[in-house]
This record gives sequence, structure tokens and C-alpha cells, in this order.
Amino acid sequence: MLNYLLRRVLYAIPILLGVNLLTFGLFFMVNTPDDMARIHLGAKHVTAEAIKRWKSEHGYDKPLFFNASAAGAEKVSDTLFVEKSLKLFVFDFGASDDGRDIAREIGQRMWPSLAIALPTFIVGLLAYVSFALWLVFFRGTALDTGGVILCVALMSISGLFYVIGGQYLMGKLWHWFPISGYQPGLDAWKFMVMPVLVSLIGGIGDSSRFYRALFIEEIGKDYVRTARAKGLSDLRVLFKHVLGNAMIPILTGVVVVIPRLFMGSLIIESFFGIPGLGSYTIDAIQAQDFAIVRSMVFLGSLLYIIGLVLTDISYTWADPRVRLE
Amino acid sequence: MMIKPVLLWSDALILLLLATVAVVVWLARKNETFRAPWRQVMRSRMGAATALILSVYVGIGLLDSLHYVERLPGAPGQEAQYSGEVLSALDALLTPLRVNVEKTYSAPLATHLYAKETITGPDGVEYRDYPPLKYPGTHLLGTDKVGQDVLYLSLKSIRTGLLIGSLTTLIMLPFALTLGIAAGYFGGRIDDAIQYLYTTLNSIPGVLLIAAAVLVVQVQIETHADLFETAAARSDVRLLALCAILGVTGWTGLARLLRAEALKLRELEFVQAARAFGVTDARILLRHLLPNVMHLVLITVVIDFSGLVLAEAVLSYVGVGVDPGMISFGNMINGARLELAREPVVWWQLAAAFLFMFVLVLAANLFADQVRDALDPKSRGRA
Repeated sequence: MLNYLLRRVLYAIPILLGVNLLTFGLFFMVNTPDDMARIHLGAKHVTAEAIKRWKSEHGYDKPLFFNASAAGAEKVSDTLFVEKSLKLFVFDFGASDDGRDIAREIGQRMWPSLAIALPTFIVGLLAYVSFALWLVFFRGTALDTGGVILCVALMSISGLFYVIGGQYLMGKLWHWFPISGYQPGLDAWKFMVMPVLVSLIGGIGDSSRFYRALFIEEIGKDYVRTARAKGLSDLRVLFKHVLGNAMIPILTGVVVVIPRLFMGSLIIESFFGIPGLGSYTIDAIQAQDFAIVRSMVFLGSLLYIIGLVLTDISYTWADPRVRLE
Repeated sequence: MMIKPVLLWSDALILLLLATVAVVVWLARKNETFRAPWRQVMRSRMGAATALILSVYVGIGLLDSLHYVERLPGAPGQEAQYSGEVLSALDALLTPLRVNVEKTYSAPLATHLYAKETITGPDGVEYRDYPPLKYPGTHLLGTDKVGQDVLYLSLKSIRTGLLIGSLTTLIMLPFALTLGIAAGYFGGRIDDAIQYLYTTLNSIPGVLLIAAAVLVVQVQIETHADLFETAAARSDVRLLALCAILGVTGWTGLARLLRAEALKLRELEFVQAARAFGVTDARILLRHLLPNVMHLVLITVVIDFSGLVLAEAVLSYVGVGVDPGMISFGNMINGARLELAREPVVWWQLAAAFLFMFVLVLAANLFADQVRDALDPKSRGRA
């Protein structure tokens, strides 16, 4: 197990390095720091001096990979690649374009993100799996057909519709919850209910249909017939045997997203005014703040790789035959 | 009126796509294994109905892809001058909708404007009331903020949605096919390298990777603004760039499926036999592997299509979608979502965008189910 984990960590390094090279290529080579300065200064204020000043203020006035003017080891280390890209590995995210420390912002903003994403994830998983099992329980009847049609219809609706519709109905028309905003502490729930509900409804079509397909495939297998022949009740067969055996594909899709819950959802957070990492990212994209975008890409990749390792570990828990070596 | 046809890049790619499909259909028209599943799709009531809806959408999209510019009236003998506004055959058909512009919002089939204005009566007395529309009762779905007909906007959005759905696939397919099959068939180092490539791409959060690439493209377009003759050409290039980005980032899912399938196929007797006879790798790949994974490719293509149409709206909202000046479902929603706070509510623009998108995506999803059932015997009756 320990051996396996060590190997996975080593394997993560080239992947993160690849991610960094990719974003570095996009943001520093395809787009030069000069382009960046021009965008930020605006068309009216572009002069050679202004660009130079902007670059030195934001630390972009260095060569890409090799600094001929520096001495010794600094020839390699005093470059954009080391300063802006490799330093991400030690969580030194640097400052955003408005001069704030990105690492501190991330530390503060991940909690509101988690407050929305975690309940959505847990309640969603339970709800979708139960709904799918319920459909499978009534398989072949009108209830099942109706449920599947409902799922397809729900998944054909744009996610933006759920957000806008939910905000309009629950916030504006019925005055159940504040339309947007967030408040830490005990009053947070008032702001959490609507985003969570909206995300749940938005995801039900896709996920339930997927789980139903898994369970239907499982229920045709011999062990299910055996279990029923032994006289077990339908519910017991479903919840114990079918669910248990469908666990591996469920875990494959589910565990990998757990670490990413920290990053929140772009759409939900920006519509509901949650001061989390999702809205942080969307603001950065709209303000073309590449420093933040780079940091979030790195963070996202790191969390994804952690998710992959967690997935493998979860297999050993779901299926004793799986051994990690 | 004199016109000059204009071939935008996306139009050219659509023609290429159509030509490819036509050639494939022509070549395979006698092939029973090719025809049987499609016959099954078209014989089912659901398959035929959704195919009909989809072909109406495609028809509108194609009409909207025949672009031209009008010749400006000028003195005879003078060199021809053309308007900077690129129009399409659909615009020509919908001319009344396109040119009958009101001042601002008006509800569906309304006779008066949405907002009150100060009007000077015939007796010179000023009063505030809803001014009558210039074209009362003609706007079936109302008008938007600058008075454009919402039905016209919705019909124009169809092309954008279809383009994103189809061109992305066109760009994604070569990557997925070559890399996925190569990884599975050759194994070893090649497999390692390809797996590394798609794990790396997969590990970056999708929206962020797309956003990063789109931001870069945006900067490049802004710095080379002089390369584009018309606004339509600029937004067209941005749309293509978006498709390219979605394609280059989106091939991983299909490639993984194809890799697994190729891994399985390569051990089967008919491939082993071909290899024993000394058939070259290239020939095995083309003649024995490719035809046997085509059902996976087709199924994925139709399933991905609806997801891409929906993604356009979200990406445009994030600000990394199509050009803000281009008519698309995402831009329609974006422009109207804040108007729900007004009293009375301006709902028609949102409703129209969501409805047109819903019908398209629902038809595509249901059609995809039929195609999957017909092509993948294992999935029958599953969903």
C-alpha cells in the first residue's frame, strides 16, 4: 500500500509538470507578457515605457527559461518559468494583478465553496442513487418509463435555466431565501439552501439515468436470481446485493471529484454571489488575471490527481479482491 | 440588387462535413451491416420523429450558412462597393423580421412598447404612456433590449449551436481515433505516452483549460484585429477557435474508450490471423480495427453533440464562449437574465432561448438513445 502510494506521488510529478508547461506555454509563449501588459493598460495608454513599467511591477520582466545576465545558478532560477510556474509546486502562488496574495485568498475562499459543494455532493449522491434504485424497483412499469422520460427531459434543459428559474421562483416570487449573497457562521444556511437545491435539481437527470443503467445491467446477473430464489425480499436484493456490486463504477465517477469540491462551482457561485473559489476563478477569467487562472489550473490538477489516488484506495474498500501493490 | 457570395471559414468546414457524410453514405449505401442499424432507427417512432426535428434545425442552420454581402448602390462605372454586413440566405428569407426593429423591449404580439415614454399628443400636450409599436402584433416572441425580434434571434442562434456541436466533433475525431487506437493496439511506450497525455489534459479542470485557451485566442484576435475584414469574419474565427479548443481538450473520453476496445480486439482471432499472414500494422488498423470501433465513435458523437450545445450557453456566460457580438443561445440568455428583476418581468427572451435549446437538445438526446440501441446490442433496453 505504502509502496503504491509512493509510486503514485512520483507519477503525479510529471503530470503536474506537464500541466505547468502547458499553461506556461499558453500564457507566456503564445501570449507574451507584452500582450498581457497591453490588455491591462488598455489601448489608450500603451507606450513602450508603460509596458516596461507594468512588466517590472508584476515581475514579468525576465527571460522565459534562461537568464544570461544573472550569475551562477540564478541563470536558471531567475526566470519566468521558475518564478511563475515552478513555484506553484511549493504553493507559492504569488500575487494577483491587483496585488493581493493568491494563496491567502484561496485559503479564505475555499470554505464558502465547500459549504455549498459538500452538501450538494452528499445529498445529491444519496438522492440520485435512491431515485435510480426506485426506478429499477419499478422496472418495466409505467413509473419506470415515466421516470426515464423525466430524466431525459431534465438533462436536456440548460443548467442556466435551473439557476435563473430557481432564483426567480424561490428568491423573487416566494421570498423564501435571499436571492444571492453569503454570510459566514450560523446564518449561512439561509444562503446555502437555494444553491444546493438548484444544483441538485440540475444534476438529477444525468446522474439518475446513469445509475439506473448500472443497476439494470447488474440486476440481470445470475447472483440476483440466486438471491431472489433464496427468498430475499426485493428491497434487500436491491440495496444490499445490487448496490454493493455496482459500487465500483459508482466510486469511479464519484470519488475523483471529492477533492475538487474545494474549488466550488463557477456557475452556481457566480449566480448566487458566494465568495468562494468558483466565483474567484470566474472573476479572474473575466478580468483576464492570468496569475489567478494559472494557480487555479495547478490546484485543480493537483486535486484531481489526489482524487484518482483516493479512487483506487476506495476500490479496496468496496471490493476486497482489489489489492494495491 | 447585386450580391457577392461570401465563404466564411465555418461555412467551408460545414460544406466539407456535408461532403464527407455524403461520400460515406454513397460508398456504404449497398452495405447491409451499415444500413441495418439506421433502418432500425428510422423505423422506430421515436427515431423518425427526432430525426425530423433535427433535420428542421439542420435545415435552418444550413440556410444560415449561405453567406453573401450586398452591393452598395453607387455611380455606374465606379468600382463595386460592398456592404460590410454579412447576410445569409436565412436573413434574406426573414427580412421582415430582421429589419422591423422596435425601440426596445416589447412583449410577444404586443401592440405597445414595454416601457412608458413621454409622448407629445396632437394637441401639443405631453403625457407619459406606452408608445405604440412601429410594427404592432408582428413580433411573435416579442423584441429584445434593442428592439430586435426574438424569434429572429432564436432562429439565428441555431447555426451557432449546431456549429459548436458538429465542428468540435470534426476536430476531436482525428485525435481520438489515432491516439486511442494506437495506444490500445501498440501498447508499451506509445501507450504510456498517450496515457500521460490524456491524464495531463484530463487533470486540468475543463472550464479552466477552455477559459485559458480562449483568453489566449482573444488576446491574439485583439492584437491582430486588422486581419479581419468584417465583424462576421472576426466572430467566425473566434467560433472556430472555440470549436478547436473544445475539440483538442475533448478527445480524451473517446480516446479512452477506443483504447480499451483496441486492447480487446488486438487479442481476438481475426486480428491474430491477419498478423500471422504478415499483414502490415497500418492495414490491420485500417481494415480490421477501425470498422470494429466505428459504432463506439458514432454513439459518442451523437451523445456528445447535445452536451456541446448546452456547454455553449454556459461558456458564453462565463465570458469564454462565442464572440459577444454573435447571435447565440448563450448570448441571448446572458443579455436577458438580469431583466427578470424588472417589473413587469421581461421573460420572453429567456423563454425563447431556453425553449429552442431544449427542443434541440431533447431531440438530440432521444435520437442518440435510438442510435445507441441500434448500434450497441448490449445496451438494448438499458435506458
